[in-house]
Amino acid sequence: MFNWFQYIGRSALLVFQRLGRAHLFLFRVLAAVPSLFAHFGLLVAEIYSVGVLSMLIIVVAGLSVGMVLGLQMYNTLVDFGAESTLGPVVALSLVRELGPVIAALLFAGRAGSALTAEIGLMKATEQLSGMEMMAVDPIKRIIAPRFVAGIISMPMLAAMFSAVGIWGGYFVGVGLLGVDDGAFWAQMQAKVDLFDDVLNGVIKSIIFGVAITWVAVFEGYDAVPTTEGVSRATTHTVVYASLIVLALDFILTALMFGEM
Amino acid sequence: MTTMNDNLVEVRGLKFHFAQRAIFNDIDMNFQRGKVTTIMGPSGTGKTTLLRLIGGQLKPDQGSVVVDGLSVPELARKELYGLRKRMGMMFQSGALFTGISVFDNVAFPLREHTNLSEAMIRDLVLMKLQAVGLRGARDLMPAELSGGMARRVALARAVAMDPMMIMYDEPFTGQDPITVGVIMKLIRTINDSLGLTSIIVSHDVQEVSAISDYLYMISNGKVVGEGAPGELGDSSSRWVQQFMKGEPDGPVPFHYPAEEIERDFF
Repeated sequence: MFNWFQYIGRSALLVFQRLGRAHLFLFRVLAAVPSLFAHFGLLVAEIYSVGVLSMLIIVVAGLSVGMVLGLQMYNTLVDFGAESTLGPVVALSLVRELGPVIAALLFAGRAGSALTAEIGLMKATEQLSGMEMMAVDPIKRIIAPRFVAGIISMPMLAAMFSAVGIWGGYFVGVGLLGVDDGAFWAQMQAKVDLFDDVLNGVIKSIIFGVAITWVAVFEGYDAVPTTEGVSRATTHTVVYASLIVLALDFILTALMFGEM
Repeated sequence: MTTMNDNLVEVRGLKFHFAQRAIFNDIDMNFQRGKVTTIMGPSGTGKTTLLRLIGGQLKPDQGSVVVDGLSVPELARKELYGLRKRMGMMFQSGALFTGISVFDNVAFPLREHTNLSEAMIRDLVLMKLQAVGLRGARDLMPAELSGGMARRVALARAVAMDPMMIMYDEPFTGQDPITVGVIMKLIRTINDSLGLTSIIVSHDVQEVSAISDYLYMISNGKVVGEGAPGELGDSSSRWVQQFMKGEPDGPVPFHYPAEEIERDFF
């Protein structure tokens, strides 16, 4: 019984210790962000690596989700003779929820895991130590550009997911199922609000971008510098980042769209 | 006997523990300017840790580490980075940046810390690569290098900023005899021609005896022997003799501690 309490206590202490380290790490990264103005090329390279290289998976997933959404919504709406509202239903589902959330989950799996593995391997192969010994701060040179690149890329990828998803819904609804073209777009224009819907979706995706990239770079930097340690850190990134995104989504949705 | 001013690095009363295990228990060491000094000892005795303490990547629990008159553990980050610009380090793995070419690896510290033109950097990098015999490998990526070549590139990068000292972490481990010979020659030549102070950690007795001016032997957190290579070979210490001759049994036992053999078999 006593051992059990000891185990719980020790585990809790380790969790808080790690959370403390993660926050101190975040402060160091934030303090290093201004140095990026002098190394703008690093940021551009990381936006390519983190953002541009994630585009394919985002576009394919967005198209697929949009098409499924169009098909399912049409089948329900047509029973009520409301298929002309397919446009706003698809668009609102995507810009408010599915765009930011699914893009974030894909981003965590594709870019987040890559960031952790890259930084973890740099640590395991002493590249970070080597950099420190050359009087170059790895937080400034390696971590900060990746952190900012993730935050910039995430809302763009979410917007791309939503745009392609709407196209997918249009293709199925209008192209295949015969919903009126004008009604699809006109209803969407009437019902989707730039600030309440689109902007809130963008805010969500920025917050998801901060959370995922923070988890990814911290897990890599804090990884045990062995093959097993890097592998575990990569798994942690995908699991923690995905769960954090889902939890944050509920909180943000309640704050933005709830009547609480 | 050396005077204070002759020592570029001085370690005094150093105590350091990691994960509740004492790595160093009150050790004193001097690293004389212009000399090649080697720290020897079995694997796991903390040789690499000592380099990290000298480089300020770790802080001692007690004692002092002074490099060129500066107390390393007490330096603020900016001062520490200023000191590190005058230090070079060659890691066991080479620690080359895998995403950039050999040329860019060697150019990295120059681009970070100087405002030299690209033309000037090119000339400097090619001179350093020429010194380690790899001028022709400038466009290769680190993944295309053999282990020995990677260490030579790491050496070129370590001396890119013309440091006052250079630290080598296990430079010979896992290398073929020709590469070992090349690295031995480079360490000695670079030390003498650039007027550096070199610190090597290694357990390769023959190799370091051939190129070192002074040797330290550490075991169980203590300095168990020191002297010029010839003096150490004649040491009366059984531990030093076992290590120098590579004897399988002695003060460092062949058997891991275990209960009486009779209890396992009879």
